[in-house]
Amino acid sequence: MADSPVRLTLALAQINTRLGDVESNLEQHLSLAKQAKSSGADLILFPELSLTGYALQDLTPAVAVRPTAQDPVFGHLLQASRKIDLIAGFVEADARSRFYIAAAYLARGEVVHVHRKVYLPTYGLFDEGRFFAWGDAVRAFDTRFGRVGILICEDFWHASPPYLLWLDGADVFFFTSASPGRGLSAEPRLASASWVEHINQAYASLFTVFVAHANRTGFEDGLNFWGGSTVFDPDGRRLVQSPYHQEALTLAELDLAQLSRTRARLPLLRDERTALTLRELLRIQAAGAGSAGSKEGGHD
Amino acid sequence: MTDPTAELTIHTDLARQILVEFLRAETQRAGFSRGVIGLSGGVDSALACYLTAEALGPENVLAVRMPYKSSAPESYEHAELVLRATGVQEKTLPVTPMADALFELIPQADSIRRGNVFARLRMILLYDQSAEFKGLVVGTGNKTEILLGYTTLFGDSACALNPLGDLYKTQIRQLAQAVGVPEPILAKPPSADLWKGQTDEGELGFTYEQVDRLLVLLVDGRYSPEACVEAGFPAAFVEQVLERIRRNQSKRLPPPIAKLSNRTVGYDFLYLRDWGT
Repeated sequence: MADSPVRLTLALAQINTRLGDVESNLEQHLSLAKQAKSSGADLILFPELSLTGYALQDLTPAVAVRPTAQDPVFGHLLQASRKIDLIAGFVEADARSRFYIAAAYLARGEVVHVHRKVYLPTYGLFDEGRFFAWGDAVRAFDTRFGRVGILICEDFWHASPPYLLWLDGADVFFFTSASPGRGLSAEPRLASASWVEHINQAYASLFTVFVAHANRTGFEDGLNFWGGSTVFDPDGRRLVQSPYHQEALTLAELDLAQLSRTRARLPLLRDERTALTLRELLRIQAAGAGSAGSKEGGHD
Repeated sequence: MTDPTAELTIHTDLARQILVEFLRAETQRAGFSRGVIGLSGGVDSALACYLTAEALGPENVLAVRMPYKSSAPESYEHAELVLRATGVQEKTLPVTPMADALFELIPQADSIRRGNVFARLRMILLYDQSAEFKGLVVGTGNKTEILLGYTTLFGDSACALNPLGDLYKTQIRQLAQAVGVPEPILAKPPSADLWKGQTDEGELGFTYEQVDRLLVLLVDGRYSPEACVEAGFPAAFVEQVLERIRRNQSKRLPPPIAKLSNRTVGYDFLYLRDWGT
């Protein structure tokens, strides 16, 4: 952290997308990146699958790209990243025709990191496991703002990926979603929105980190995407929130020195007993797959 | 067990916002800017008319009244209240000549068949007006009737998009009240008005309030039928409702295509309607 800037001005790009129209979504990315830069942002965070739209189904192979300078889509994004760091969501094709829901951190013309979604919801209204391969790594990575991490939607509905990012050194968590709104009740926000806000605030508090979440808006057939993007600080305070259900470019000022102030008060990271956790995890796993989770064999 | 009445209570501002935006977005993505609604004088179509007028602008909504000679006069008057309040465009196309010509061919048709004839003739008129007005037919079916199959296939269930299909009838009433649907429409007993004195609740054999309380537990809460009986719902009622839901599944799905090839529409040719938009 010694050489890192103390402040990060983050732009949350809460956008609607065109389903399967990468060219048009790319144009929107480039124009918002420019707008964010001129508003003073250092980094712009786009939602899950921001270049493609969400419910792709059989469009998946047609919109898949490789995150390299040779790829025409990434060529443009990498060019834009010379002016402003950006995190964009896309479908990644690997060399063997497997498709991943992915998010890339681009800076100074380079691909700094690619995260492949490790939890693909395939239940209820979700069918991701039918079309996508499971990512297999949760890694923090270094940026000019310090060490950070990216997770995509269902990844942070599970507690373990944020926990791993924390232990791997991430102080700023970038979460991206294309979260379909559901759970209308007497409350003024949908149950899905409440849930995501609760857990993001909880992660910020439990891990004494910044948690930035960019969610999309708009509709795909009957699905609404609720927006409401947020940034929580290491004290669990909400720094900003974008409006629900409307497109917005929201700026948040992250005072990164808050990390050390909070941790001086609340040394949860210092006291975290990783060896104990690992020992117990190994014991639990050895005791039987049932209690350790059933996905172990299928996706590891 | 959760309190079903509380579960059925909705935040009407939030519902209204989502549904208005849904109507606007999905109409535009389909390449349209206008909507067509069959206005019966009942609460469902009244609510759909209010929401669509708000989404697209009243000048872009055509409300069509399609009375039969024996339709209750107050249905026509109640539709008039909605027209005046929303300022949408309107047209009245009586189904009487079409229906009577058909009934001459099938004089033995019972009230169910006659009811289906009305619903399907109205569908023909709405889709014809859809072509003339260049507007999408906006559906008015609610979650209760969709689950119970209390609807005419290719009749009142036919539409391009449906803003109300995930709201139970009791929730429709809450939202209708919130958007300002006139009191006489809210107060009267729901009726398809297919014959004199018909009411939905008389025909179904239970009230919407009763059945919505059960449906929200069975469908949304995933409670077992046994748990609902334990909570005080009569066993015969629970069984009757479950059987209606099961028997009418075919009405809720497109007809099955017999699969022969490696890629078949409906099974493994999967795209949203919003494909490319």
